[in-house]
Amino acid sequence: MSAVKTAEQINQRTAEHESDNKTVFGFWVYLMTDCVLFACLFATYAVLHTNTVGGPDGSELFSMPAVLAETLILLTSSFTCGLAMLAAHRAQKTQALFWLGVTAALGLVFLALELVEFRHLVAEGNSWRRSGFLSSFFTLVGTHGLHITFGLIWMFVMMIRVVRAGLTRSALRRLTLLSMFWHFLDIIWIFIFTIVYLMGELQV
Amino acid sequence: MNRRPVISQHNADGGNLQLYVTGFVLSISLTIAAYLMVVNHTLSKWQLVYAIAVLAFIQFLVQLIFFLHLGREMKPRWKLGVFLSMVLIVLIVVIGSLWIMDSLNYRMMSPDMINDYLTKQDGGI
Repeated sequence: MSAVKTAEQINQRTAEHESDNKTVFGFWVYLMTDCVLFACLFATYAVLHTNTVGGPDGSELFSMPAVLAETLILLTSSFTCGLAMLAAHRAQKTQALFWLGVTAALGLVFLALELVEFRHLVAEGNSWRRSGFLSSFFTLVGTHGLHITFGLIWMFVMMIRVVRAGLTRSALRRLTLLSMFWHFLDIIWIFIFTIVYLMGELQV
Repeated sequence: MNRRPVISQHNADGGNLQLYVTGFVLSISLTIAAYLMVVNHTLSKWQLVYAIAVLAFIQFLVQLIFFLHLGREMKPRWKLGVFLSMVLIVLIVVIGSLWIMDSLNYRMMSPDMINDYLTKQDGGI
């Protein structure tokens, strides 16, 4: 009797696992379409980045140490997000919350550095209205920053949920999606770092 | 350890600590390498451009494999299929845009610019 029950439970769990897999796959498809969105913005930037109409180009505007700091902070947050997922899968609530907190804090620092950079550019008269180069720059980097903002909001909501309801099945599934989103944003940033900042510094 | 089967199965495709640490160390090294090469101007301009493009591509693969666990799913590999379709679309959009705009610039040249262009090409008219 108990063996039958266990078999039933396992069947149910397999079914649940399959539906979770479908959710993860659906989210993966969304991330891929988001990649296409970023590709369009990268293409726009690639076409427009020389159109400075006598204004400054990237190498005159970007502060490379700040950009390196932003990159390393985002990379570390992607890693701590992975650690949070590992802890969540081991059902270690406190550890998962700790690493999620670290991830969110690093994300906030990244966003703050980016906003400081934007404010500095605008204050010196180099806003998106200055040239085609700056329009495409603000659109591309700003869209990434907006994704980070939404990711942070999602992370805080998930932290509150985990604190109140624990690491339930649905919480675990949503955390999986959130971590995919966060890793994805880190991957987009590699290309922003290389194409916008490093190649900008080289005046390609 | 009486782990529930669902959780251990999840763990199997959710990665492990070693994967994340490897991915993290590789990514940090690649980022710092690209940064130092550009800041110190270790190579000529175009060599540097190709070098950092290659480093970015390697880091892209590293993060896909070690952080997003691409290629670790069972057959049929739907995730990989969607990923490759995305790469195809991205390449068409990016290369196509650059090609079209370059061609447009070429066709919209003023007479002076055409002269300059031809001078560069085969020593002028």
